[in-house]
Amino acid sequence: MTASAQASHLAQLNVATLRHPLDDPRVAPFVEMLDPVNAAADGAPGFVWRLVEEGAEDATGLRPAGEDVIVNLTVWQTQEALWDFTYRSGHLEVMRRRREWFERHVEAHLVLWWIPAGHLPTVGEALERLADLRAHGPSPRAFTFASAYTAAEAAAPSGSAAGAD
Amino acid sequence: MKDIDAIAVLHDPVRRRLYEYVAAQGREVGRNEAAEAVGVARTLAAHHLDRLTEAGLLESGSRRLTGRSGPGAGRPAKVYVRAQGERSISLPARDYRTAAELLAEAAEEAGLDDGLRAAARRRGEALRGSTAPCGGLEEVMEMLTARGYEPHLEGVEGEAGAAEPVVRMRNCPFHAVAERFPPLVCGMNLALLEGLLGAHGPVRARMYARPGECCVVVEPSKNDEH
Repeated sequence: MTASAQASHLAQLNVATLRHPLDDPRVAPFVEMLDPVNAAADGAPGFVWRLVEEGAEDATGLRPAGEDVIVNLTVWQTQEALWDFTYRSGHLEVMRRRREWFERHVEAHLVLWWIPAGHLPTVGEALERLADLRAHGPSPRAFTFASAYTAAEAAAPSGSAAGAD
Repeated sequence: MKDIDAIAVLHDPVRRRLYEYVAAQGREVGRNEAAEAVGVARTLAAHHLDRLTEAGLLESGSRRLTGRSGPGAGRPAKVYVRAQGERSISLPARDYRTAAELLAEAAEEAGLDDGLRAAARRRGEALRGSTAPCGGLEEVMEMLTARGYEPHLEGVEGEAGAAEPVVRMRNCPFHAVAERFPPLVCGMNLALLEGLLGAHGPVRARMYARPGECCVVVEPSKNDEH
């Protein structure tokens, strides 16, 4: 790894539109999984930080992207660490059953981007990255697991030329 | 090296037994251990293990097998582990992987998880072939071996504190597609295994994903949950 890669962390935002309110019995299995899955994230290798509403255990009460849209904003040391948690932990079960609780998004609902280690992304910043991905497709500024960029690519001058495409 | 050449390297029976032994351990294996397991001399085992590494079927590294370091810990030993890449040949050339990826991409975009799972469950039931659900963990191991899952038994702490055996799988037969569309393909895999084991029997499959392994674990059913 290069020095710049070590000085970078990976930020992740995903948004999910609830099919029913969080206190609806049809969403209860999801709500039951929140605490154990969040605890698993906190203890996962490479985990750095996740957004939590003040005085709460998670961020489901924050609705910065719409009244029925919950957000999940996290920071990880590497993309591999985030992938392993997302798809190779108890979190996969939440993903497998996602259609029971969430609307299917036509637009991108997950965005990844590199941040300087130590920086904590704000919700506003995260939503900007998602908007960037939706507007311009994957780029070193905002990408997905399937079309990922390295921290070095994000740091390169061409990667910061906003609006180049 | 072309896939067909790599696979040809396995034609030698000693080499093939060494490959199968290393693959089945799911961890780094030293030359002495591999030689003993297969019943050949260490130098012969070393020769074949290095051939397998050249062919890209194994990866080698060096490590002090004693776990000690510093003076007196001994020279690092050469160790082998199965290579992550996959090999396939079809004659004449066919490309089912691209077809699988395209179908998965379309299914993902259209949100066809439920339909895919139903089809997978039916296929699992058809493969099982009998009306009775799978009888126990030993039968499970046989079925999963036949389907390429490379199962192994593992003890987990039960509710009473005693270690209960569960079946975990080292290999995901759908690995390449599962990596690109995890919730869709892992959901399909679980449904296939549910069909293969049968409902309401003495064993059940459930999602229990861990890095580097199949996403599913098979364990004795807890009757109060049915």
